[in-house]
Amino acid sequence: MIEFEVAMPLAGGILIGIAAAMTLLFSGKIAGISGIFGGMLFQQGEERTWRSAFVAGLIAGGVLLYSINTEYFENSSGRGLVAVTIAGLLVGIGTRVGGGCTSGHGVCGIGRLSARSLAATVTFMVAGMAMVALVQNLYL
Amino acid sequence: MVKSNIAAFLCGLIFSIGLGISGMTQPQKVIGFLDVFGEWDLSLAFVMGGAVISYLLLQLWIQRRFSTPLLGETFQIPSRKDLDRSLIFGALLFGMGWGLGGYCPGPAITSLGSGSVNAVLFVVAMGIGMLLADRVISPILTHKALKN
Repeated sequence: MIEFEVAMPLAGGILIGIAAAMTLLFSGKIAGISGIFGGMLFQQGEERTWRSAFVAGLIAGGVLLYSINTEYFENSSGRGLVAVTIAGLLVGIGTRVGGGCTSGHGVCGIGRLSARSLAATVTFMVAGMAMVALVQNLYL
Repeated sequence: MVKSNIAAFLCGLIFSIGLGISGMTQPQKVIGFLDVFGEWDLSLAFVMGGAVISYLLLQLWIQRRFSTPLLGETFQIPSRKDLDRSLIFGALLFGMGWGLGGYCPGPAITSLGSGSVNAVLFVVAMGIGMLLADRVISPILTHKALKN
């Protein structure tokens, strides 16, 4: 069975696209969140400052959303702390080695019609689907 | 300097609002989207579609209309076109982690604002993973690539 909503996902997606385009317009950079987070950790000077400001904006947005409606952060995935920690490690290694995540490759890369980003996006989508199929079957 | 940091803060803020209202900060929705063999929840395809199309059009306009960014010196656009081992191997690991935890980097960082313990653990582990990638995994991958 397939079910879906359209309006809010589409509106949120457009907002993400606008924010990424604003990043390009103002600073000339690609709004890849893994790259921004990694740069905040490992770079210095101005390169670190603007990335820290971006990350602070993300967290401030989280605080704002949470104060409006806690359901934005509902988590009924059933994935425990161990799974989430391993997931974080995999995402950290993978995005650093592969040079991007859902935003850098999936949104900005495909939005520039980059073949590298398209290949990366297809790869992480298929890997994600395989992982979910595996985990759902192990849990059930 | 101050202006560009305020701009970056606002971009991050708008980005996270987009993530929150679209459902990306709810791991079960992400997992539902990736669960193609189970009860497939297509909603997040519209997030991707909306984001890609709006970014595609806006970046075309920006690149035509502006020769430099408003608060920076040059546009820093990736120019590589080749597919290499690191790109695919990295994407593979990222996808596995995404499916396992239901978080990708943006939603996880945004979820820090909700005080979620899962998000805190995920983001700390992600930072450690990035360090491991820089210190251990990328050097091995490039070394092998040189040998072949």
